[in-house]
Amino acid sequence: MSNGSGLESLVDQTISVITNDGRNIVGLLKGFDQATNIILDESHERVYSTKEGVQQLVLGLYIIRGDNVSIVGELDEELDSHLDMSKLRAHPLKPVIH
Amino acid sequence: MLFFSYFKDLVGREVTVELKNDLAIRGTLHSVDQYLNIKLENTRVVDQDKYPHMLSVRNCFIRGSVVRYVQLPPEGVDIELLHDATRREARGG
Repeated sequence: MSNGSGLESLVDQTISVITNDGRNIVGLLKGFDQATNIILDESHERVYSTKEGVQQLVLGLYIIRGDNVSIVGELDEELDSHLDMSKLRAHPLKPVIH
Repeated sequence: MLFFSYFKDLVGREVTVELKNDLAIRGTLHSVDQYLNIKLENTRVVDQDKYPHMLSVRNCFIRGSVVRYVQLPPEGVDIELLHDATRREARGG
């Protein structure tokens, strides 16, 4: 991730957003602003649970309000393709408590 | 502005950022901005077995508003310099 402190280096890349309520949304970063509002294309949510593997819910075009963003991660497609989502078990992330 | 400058001096160091959702992420500080948003490189979540949610993320942007603590390398803290700077700030100059 080179140059600057914003998200410009991630535009048109696949990112993984963790929201304040603990959701994990993966998609193509199409836009953002100084408030960290985020536009995602071809997005899906990854739902973690301890009972079964990770469920992927298709969301499509999505806008996330900046207030609700915790982490924006650059998704390494190579690493991601080696993950077996059906075997991953975990509690959903806790919500952010300010 | 003090802590913004302070964090800028720490760029390149290894830090652990603890978030308000109890997640702790360790990585190399890549940059900070005016909101104290933090970018980390070569990240790993401290308890990966409990939190496998970021297994395929190596670089990330953390929103300043969700940071609870930043754990710093001891050698990255110049106490004298910080003392002086905070006093100067408190005096309003």
